[in-house]
Amino acid sequence: MDIRKFVVGSFDDEAVLFPAVEKVRKAGYKIHDVYTPFPVHGLDKALGLRDTSLHTAGFIYGLTGLTTALSFISWILTKDWIQNYGGKPHFSLPAWIPIMFELTVLFSAVGMVLTFCYLCQMAPFVKKHHFSLRATDDLFVMVIECTAKTNVQEAEAFLAANGALDINVQVAEAGWWIGRYDMDRKLFETQTEAATA
Amino acid sequence: MSVIKYESFVREPLIDGDKTYKQVTEDIVYTIEAKPTRLWHIGFWISVALLLFGVYSLYKEVVYGTGQWNLGKTIGWGWDITNFVWWVGIGHAGTLISAILLLFRQGWRTGVNRAAEAMTIFAVMCAGQFPIWHMGRVWMAFFVMPYPNTRGPLWPNFNSPLLWDVFAISTYFTVSLLFWYSGLLPDFATVRDRAKTKLRKLLYGMASFGWNGSTKHWQRFESLSLVLAGLSTPLVLSVHTIVSFDFATSIVPGWHTTIFPPYFVAGAVFSGFAMVQTLMLIVRKVMNLQDYITLGHIEAMNKVIVLTGSIVGCAYLTELFIAWYGANQYEYDIFYKYRIAGAYGWSYWLMMTCNVISPQLFWFRKLRRNIGFTFFMSIIVNVGMWFERFVIIVSSLYRDYLPSSWSLYYRPTIFEVGFYLGTFGLFFFCFFLFAKYFPTIAIAEVKSILKTSGESYKAKMGDLEKLSLEEFDKKMNHHH
Repeated sequence: MDIRKFVVGSFDDEAVLFPAVEKVRKAGYKIHDVYTPFPVHGLDKALGLRDTSLHTAGFIYGLTGLTTALSFISWILTKDWIQNYGGKPHFSLPAWIPIMFELTVLFSAVGMVLTFCYLCQMAPFVKKHHFSLRATDDLFVMVIECTAKTNVQEAEAFLAANGALDINVQVAEAGWWIGRYDMDRKLFETQTEAATA
Repeated sequence: MSVIKYESFVREPLIDGDKTYKQVTEDIVYTIEAKPTRLWHIGFWISVALLLFGVYSLYKEVVYGTGQWNLGKTIGWGWDITNFVWWVGIGHAGTLISAILLLFRQGWRTGVNRAAEAMTIFAVMCAGQFPIWHMGRVWMAFFVMPYPNTRGPLWPNFNSPLLWDVFAISTYFTVSLLFWYSGLLPDFATVRDRAKTKLRKLLYGMASFGWNGSTKHWQRFESLSLVLAGLSTPLVLSVHTIVSFDFATSIVPGWHTTIFPPYFVAGAVFSGFAMVQTLMLIVRKVMNLQDYITLGHIEAMNKVIVLTGSIVGCAYLTELFIAWYGANQYEYDIFYKYRIAGAYGWSYWLMMTCNVISPQLFWFRKLRRNIGFTFFMSIIVNVGMWFERFVIIVSSLYRDYLPSSWSLYYRPTIFEVGFYLGTFGLFFFCFFLFAKYFPTIAIAEVKSILKTSGESYKAKMGDLEKLSLEEFDKKMNHHH
C-alpha cells in the first residue's frame, strides 16, 4: 500500500500543457506524472525524464538469439549428429544465415516486449488508479504529488492560472495492484484493508 | 509518429472533416459499442460456413491421406503450396505498412496500419495451414521442431530451405503479433475507460494490461515500436526471400533462378496491397470511416501497386530473356514450350494480363482515385498473383526430365478447393471479429497527427507559410 495525496489538473491542448509543465516544475512542485491520450513529443524532455534504454536491451536480446542459433546449429551439425549432406562441409555457415537471422529477430522482439511490460508494470489483471478517465480520450492530465511542504490550495490555484481545466485533489494508491476493471475492490484484499479504506 | 510539427500546406490532409480528439475516439470506438449490423452477421456466418467446409475437407485429407488431392507423380506441390505462397504474400503488406512506412515517416500509414497488420496476422495463420496439412501424417508435424529426442537424437536439417521456412514463418507470425498487440494496448485502454457495461470493462481491462498513458510509458512505447519496426523491416523481406528459396535452391527448371528473392518480395507486396485495398474499401464504407481512410490513402496504396506490379513485370520478362539467353535446353523448354504455351499456357497469359498489363492503368490519377475501379483492380491483382504461384509450381512440375513420368492434366479435387475455401473462411472469420471488437484504426496514432494533418487544422495553417524562417522557428518551438 502506497497511498498518497495528489493535485490533479487536466489540459485540453498540448500547446497549453507544455508551458504549464515548465512553470509547475520551476515553482518547485513535484510532478508525479502526466497522462496523455497519445505520445506527445518532447513531453518526456520537458518533464526531465531520461531516455529509455529499452533499445539497448533489444540489442542484447538480439545478440543472444544470434549466438544461440550459431552455437546450437554448429554443435548439432559438427559434433552431436554429423550428417553428410551432398558432400558439403559440416560447418556450412552460409546455409545457417537464414535461421541465425530469424532467431536474432525473434529473441530481440520477444525480449523487448516482455521487458517493456515489466518496466511499465503491465499485465492482464494489473490495475492502476485512474486520475481521470479522459486521459485515454481527449485530456492531458497533470498529476502533482503533495509532499509535506505542498500547500494544496496554492497548487490548485497555480494550476488554474496556467490553464488547467478540471482541478481536484485525490488520495490514491500510487502503484499497481491485482484487480479487475469491472470491480472497484482489489482481488485478494483482506477484510481489514477493505474496512479501513 | 513523426516529430514533424508542421506539414506542408500543399499536402492533402490525412484526416478529413472538422475533428477534435474526442470526435476521433467517438468515430472509431463507435463500431465496438454499437450492435453488429445485419451485413456483419451475414458476412460472419458465411465465413463460418466456409470454415466448416474447410474443416470437413481437411478431415477427409487426414483420414484418407493426401490421395484425396489430385497430386500426381511429378506434381507433388499443387493447389496447397500455391495457396501457401499466395497467403504468405498477402501477409506482407501489413508489416510493410506498419514497419517500413514508419521508418520512412509516411504519415498516411496511421489510417490503415492497424487493419493491415491484422490482415497480415490472419493471412499468415491461413498460410501456415498448407505446409502443415500437406505433411500428410500431420500428427508427426512436431518432427520439424529441433529438440533433444529419442529418435537418435535426430535433428532436422538446418541446411534445408524447408526448415528455414519453419523458422521464418513462425518468427514472422510471432513478431507481427507482438507488434500489433503492443500497438493495441493504448487503444484498448481507450475503449475500457469509456465502457458502460461490466463485461466490456472486464474484457478490455484485461486486454489493455492496465495501460494508463503515463509519459514514461509512452516514451518506452515509442522506443519499442521504433525498434520493432526496425526489426520487422528486414524480417518481412527475409520471409518471402526464404519462401522463394524453397524453389530457387532446387534444380527444377523454371525454379532454379537467382532472381526469385526480389521478384517474390515485390510480388508479395503487390498482392498484399491489393488485399488491403479490398478490405479497406469495404471497411471504410461499412463502418463509416471515410474521414480516416481517405481517397489520398487509396491513391497512395495504388501507387505502391503500380510500382510493385511493374517490378514483377520486369521479373517475368527477365526470366523469359534468361531462359533464351542462358541456352539451357531444359530451362528453355519449360518457359517456351510449357509455360507460355502448352497445356497451362492460359494460366500464364491470365497472370500476365492481371499482374503486368492491367495495373499500368494506375498511372492515371483519375483511375487511382476511383473507388470502384480500385476495388475491381484489387480483386484482379489477387487473382493474377494466385495464378503466378500456380504457373511457377505446376508448369515447372507437369513435365519432367523423364517423359514417362509426365503427368496427366492436373485438376484439383473438391477437397483441395475446399481446403482453400476453408482458409478464406478462417481469414474472414477472424477479420469480422477484429472489425467488430477491436479498434480498426489506431486511435492514439491518428490523434498524434491530427493537428498537423487534419483537414480543419491544415486550413488554418495558411498563415504559417507566410512567416519568415526565424518567426516560424520561434512559433513552432516555443516550449524548448
